[in-house]
Amino acid sequence: MSITQEKIEELTSIARNVRRHIIEMTAEAGSGHPGGSLSCSDILTALYFDVLNVDPKRPTWSERDRFVLSKGHAAPALYAVLAEKGYFAREELMKLRKTGAMLQGHPDMKGTPGLDMTTGSLGQGLSAANGMALAAKLDRKDYRVYVLLGDGETEEGQVWEAVMASAHYKLDNLTAFVDHNGLQIDGPITQVMSPEKIQDKFKAFGWHVIDIDGHDFKEILNAVEEAKSTKGRPTVIVAKTVKGKGVPFMENVADWHGKAPTREQAEEALKAL
Amino acid sequence: MMENMKSPRIAYGEALAELGEKNEKVVVLDADLAHATQTAMFAERFKDRFFNMGIAEQNLMGVAAGLALSGFIPFASTFAIFGAGRAFEQIRNTICYPNSLNVKIAVTHAGITVGEDGGSHQAVEDISLMRSLPNMTVMVPCDAVETKKAVFAASRIEGPVYIRIARPVAPIITSEEYDFEPGRAKVVKEGSDAAIFATGLMVAKALEAAAELENRGISASVVNIHTIKPLDVETILREAGKTKKVITVEEHSIIGGLGSAVAEVLIENMPVKMKRIGINDTFGQSGTPDELLQHYGLTAENIIESVKEML
Repeated sequence: MSITQEKIEELTSIARNVRRHIIEMTAEAGSGHPGGSLSCSDILTALYFDVLNVDPKRPTWSERDRFVLSKGHAAPALYAVLAEKGYFAREELMKLRKTGAMLQGHPDMKGTPGLDMTTGSLGQGLSAANGMALAAKLDRKDYRVYVLLGDGETEEGQVWEAVMASAHYKLDNLTAFVDHNGLQIDGPITQVMSPEKIQDKFKAFGWHVIDIDGHDFKEILNAVEEAKSTKGRPTVIVAKTVKGKGVPFMENVADWHGKAPTREQAEEALKAL
Repeated sequence: MMENMKSPRIAYGEALAELGEKNEKVVVLDADLAHATQTAMFAERFKDRFFNMGIAEQNLMGVAAGLALSGFIPFASTFAIFGAGRAFEQIRNTICYPNSLNVKIAVTHAGITVGEDGGSHQAVEDISLMRSLPNMTVMVPCDAVETKKAVFAASRIEGPVYIRIARPVAPIITSEEYDFEPGRAKVVKEGSDAAIFATGLMVAKALEAAAELENRGISASVVNIHTIKPLDVETILREAGKTKKVITVEEHSIIGGLGSAVAEVLIENMPVKMKRIGINDTFGQSGTPDELLQHYGLTAENIIESVKEML
């Protein structure tokens, strides 16, 4: 598949809006996780605006592709993408984390159109994605299942239970992304509890592994195509990313994992975006 | 009572296999215990609808959630300690919290009658954990016949259900004709001096105790509380109101289980004299099921003593 320059410009422009939403909504909420939201913004934009076979007017359409945000703290990024896609009004974004709001601190599928799974407690999304992919096989349906994990998240033991199961059941309709930004709350993942080398571990479990730059749309889309044509085993796309991507003072700073910008910092961030 | 005995877990396996025939949306998952939980009976007949997840209970619950989200009715089975215990947070966060997903968590080897495997394998806290989860239905069938009825009933409930199934061969005290209704407790013996609320294998012990008490001129009612949640408040208040003396019996910790649930209802509506019989805030140990029931005070004699003390 050839990816046109036009498509890349379109995705770049949407991702920029997504990043601006992330800054505005976390600043308004006064809390949230901007760092890991900014690092996966390009992946989520590519998925929802090019890859996923979904229809915002029919969020529970049975034939749709599924997406599970296993690193649920990146909810601001997903909410921004869903709003841009038309699942709900953009005004909802500014109510993030407020009492009675639709958009919870971590994704809650009960009230939010477009969410295929509730997440937030790390390590659990891939298991649910496994179930969805198994269901597609049982029902002989063509939909595909995508899941995004954090690199720090792979420290959770359940991730590897799930990784083992996806390979065992040959879930080639399942594609996982690892948002490999190298940082977790307490610091660099290699210092806190190294899950490296993540690629080797997935490979050892029987997965097809693709390494990409997670901010390069061409590489993201090509990797997805490669995953689709890989039969008999699941694919993981390990995406090298920058935590806080796009906001100079947030880039590669662990402290921006779970801290909202002040009003002044938000202004500065928006100028950069 | 010896003439009609059967293990509830065998009944579970048979019920699943029969249910699989009737409902093609039923899928079964196990965690390397298919021959102990008896899900192997389903696996033999419906190979493509059975998924062994290996020794990985956290993933087991998540995969079940994903299948439920896609329209299937998954029964996820393992031992009670590994289901309600090890995978508690997965049950909470990927089954109950999302949207009360339609997963049936059917666990066997609950309580101390696990026997020789010892305390590490004897869940005596699971009812407490499961009933604290919003929208969870908690069933504890008393024998093999009721187990089958509970499995079929669970498949008709839209939402998460926890079914606690016992391991040992146990007397059958209900009949095939009996109309099992989730959330509706069953008065299995009428009485006027004391009310015994029992669940699981303890219903048979309570009946045995009530029969002996009758011989001694004491009339005790026995109520089978097969559903701990939603609890049948109406029946509990009616029976407690008749006798003003209540005894609860469960093969579970006295903290958080049937005794606590009944106490919560009584204290808010009708405080009466009450005694909880169960595991007294301790862990189990190895032994034969009968020896352990004696050791922990879960026999008909213990129930008789408690009733007499209360009168």
